[in-house]
Amino acid sequence: MSKTDLNRRAFLGKAGLLGCSLAASPLMTPISLAAAPWDHRLVVIILRGGMDGLDVVRPVGDPNLTGLRRSLGQTPGLPLDGFYEMHPGLAPLHVLWQKQQLGFVQAVSTPYRDKRSHFDGQDLLEAGTSDPHRATSRDGWLNRMLQTVPGLTTETAYAVGHESMMLLSGAAAAANWSPDTELALSPQGARLAELIMHDDPAFHAAFMEAQMLIGLQSGAMPQGMSDADMMGAMAEMGEEGMMAESATNGRPAGIEAIAHFAAQRLREETRIAAFSIGGWDTHRAQGRGLERALGQLSKAILTLKSGLGRDWSKTAVVAMTEFGRTARENGTAGTDHGTGGAMLLAGGAVRGGRVYGQWPGLSEADLYARRDLMPTADVRGYAGWMMRDLFGLETSVIERSIFPGLDLGTSPQVIL
Amino acid sequence: MGFDPVLAEQRFGYGLSPVAALAPPDSVAEMLARLNGPDEMDQRFPIEDYDGFEKRLAEAQTIWKDIRKARGTNRLDAEKKRLKLLKAEARQAYRDWAWSILMRRVWTRDGLRERLVAFWADHLTAQGKAGIMKRGTPPYIEAAIRPHVTGRFEDMLVAAVTSPLMVHYLDQERSVGPNSKVGKAKKGKLGLNENLAREVLELHTLGVGGPYKQADVRQLAELFTGLTYVPGQGRQFHVARAEPGAETVLGTHYGGGKARFSDIESALRDLARHPATARHLAEKLAVHFHSDAPPADLVAKLEARYLDTGGDLAAVTEALLTHPAAWDAERHNMRLPDEFISAAVRALAVPPEVYTAQMNPRKKEKFIMLMFQQPLIIMGQPWQQPQGPDGWEEGDETWLTPQGLASRMHWALKAPSALLDDLPDPRRFVETALGPTPPEPVRFAAHAAENKREGIALVLASPAFQRK
Repeated sequence: MSKTDLNRRAFLGKAGLLGCSLAASPLMTPISLAAAPWDHRLVVIILRGGMDGLDVVRPVGDPNLTGLRRSLGQTPGLPLDGFYEMHPGLAPLHVLWQKQQLGFVQAVSTPYRDKRSHFDGQDLLEAGTSDPHRATSRDGWLNRMLQTVPGLTTETAYAVGHESMMLLSGAAAAANWSPDTELALSPQGARLAELIMHDDPAFHAAFMEAQMLIGLQSGAMPQGMSDADMMGAMAEMGEEGMMAESATNGRPAGIEAIAHFAAQRLREETRIAAFSIGGWDTHRAQGRGLERALGQLSKAILTLKSGLGRDWSKTAVVAMTEFGRTARENGTAGTDHGTGGAMLLAGGAVRGGRVYGQWPGLSEADLYARRDLMPTADVRGYAGWMMRDLFGLETSVIERSIFPGLDLGTSPQVIL
Repeated sequence: MGFDPVLAEQRFGYGLSPVAALAPPDSVAEMLARLNGPDEMDQRFPIEDYDGFEKRLAEAQTIWKDIRKARGTNRLDAEKKRLKLLKAEARQAYRDWAWSILMRRVWTRDGLRERLVAFWADHLTAQGKAGIMKRGTPPYIEAAIRPHVTGRFEDMLVAAVTSPLMVHYLDQERSVGPNSKVGKAKKGKLGLNENLAREVLELHTLGVGGPYKQADVRQLAELFTGLTYVPGQGRQFHVARAEPGAETVLGTHYGGGKARFSDIESALRDLARHPATARHLAEKLAVHFHSDAPPADLVAKLEARYLDTGGDLAAVTEALLTHPAAWDAERHNMRLPDEFISAAVRALAVPPEVYTAQMNPRKKEKFIMLMFQQPLIIMGQPWQQPQGPDGWEEGDETWLTPQGLASRMHWALKAPSALLDDLPDPRRFVETALGPTPPEPVRFAAHAAENKREGIALVLASPAFQRK
């Protein structure tokens, strides 16, 4: 991997779904929690980095798949419904599939198109709006949903550091501190940062390690590089950066601790929990990277299940990502940023054992921009119906206040 | 190298300020004159003293009684709400105090005093563990630490160790002499707790390598019995809880007649004057103000001055400032996160109105949480909440980590423009923050940054700013 890349996503990750914009240092994992006057539980897991839905929920029944992917998908998958197979990295969850407590949605996306930026894509996914610039208000859709129900309490907890989990209840959820501020260190700024550290060996060492871990990077960014090239270059760095974000500096105990904490709270008064898992930005060596990330996701879900005990039956887990990846494998045994992707559903409250969504096909003409899986549905529609069916929210409230402008259409009936 | 006004602020204060009236001292004599002069900051940025705080606890006790009486009646909810409001008020006051502590550091001419308050408050760490008591640290510091930073250590030690917050924090409130009246009446239910006694010997006075044994811990714990705390009534001495008979700590006998608080005080004063305590405190001061491995002769000088003056902290501080190592050009230590943020806010001269102009208590709380307290958690130093009574780690390796550095840089990028409407010009800021001769790469970066926000962040992130 080239060291000339910049990944500001990892360094400047947005905070929790509930809109608290205390943006993440990569070693801080925010967990958003809300108590609500109902019995069902919803856990939202944001898969940061762009999960390759085609490798996770493999459409082996489509004749065009093998032509698009030379090396990917070689490891045998687990059978789902005949048309789809599941990536072996999710093997720990196969028993849930058999119990119909695990399902997928294929070929979905947010309304975000074309720029394929992690930052904008994740903003949009969390904001639930259709305009990336409206997303900068940092007002998350879960937060708006909570505002429609009187008397709710929310908080954001943070898992920090590596030795002990330090958790803190924020006094104020949904808080903004500087919504207009562009948070990135520019390439020039990053170069200068390295310069100022250079003469202090201890600082320099820590800074260089930080670069490696989180992609806070300067290096030789070629002058005159276009934005799009830069995004690509940033993304290149992403895999390591994202892993650092998810695995808390290579200490993968983190995600279990977070899921365990969320489950404990959900057994009490909490009804909604949200956190994120990184590691999906698999531009290179996707075989290894994706397996690792799916391992984290599997652990998170199994930890939730065991932690929730009987309440698992009243729980729906939805894992969503900012976009899918290219239909074609790229030149580094990976995939680049795409459009249509997959969602994962789990829990005793979901109608599992099936893959939802309308399959668009993989022929050249079927692809979005002749490159990506064509999205045939909006992730927000699924999330909206889940909220309606779990919590009894009115569709009009969902379409007007939570996802403004969204047409919910007919229910996919993912909730039992 | 001798006295240097820039180092005076960076090493012994909270850094340089652009405000002309807050110009650095021009000599050690001037530093000491400011330190030994009136406390200009405690009036300007007030913090409730412990007596005021105790009134909140008393009120909570009253409400608890009312809640018990209201059980089974329709008044119960109203009474519970009263308690909730009282707790919210205390929490909001706690944010005000956090701001006052920060503003004292930002607007003082006497940064050394604020640094000493923080140092000794950390040495004598105490925290509340539940309810309103959790907000007690600033009033505790105000009452037990701040008045004594230029006084005698033994006075500070007695004030701190016997303060309600410490008695609560280190479980002395639960400790009862096994053969005391209360102990015998509640046999098996109440007994001795060694926590406070052990920490006094290990942390507050002799140090972990000091000449004490488990028997001394036990004896001191027995001597401490009777010392307790009643919520709303402050520190108490209950003879009925005190273990009868004399105790022997480090070979000295205390008490023997009717149990008295003054016996506890005598033992604490003896411990404060012990040579091992002098050594322990000299080392801690040298590590804090010089480096993780301070020169032996600096430690020796502080130790000797401490012993010569009976633990006069003004004299010990003078000894520190007049030792050549105090003015080493090389800056070994890294600012702790709390110091880093304070120094940044000082360099930016953030006015008090930024906080007081927040519209209501909720906004104020949000402001303190988002700007300072949550960032401090990310940086690894949750505000006034070290994990144990040993306070914060001083070693740079704890703080100079990739994540530590990244989180500071992140704050430096975000916070200044949220705190100030107009950021200063980085080309000037590099000199207000680092003095007239900043390191050339930092000067270059401040001039070459593509916008003000990054220019300011780079100056704050520089080793020259983060070291002290």
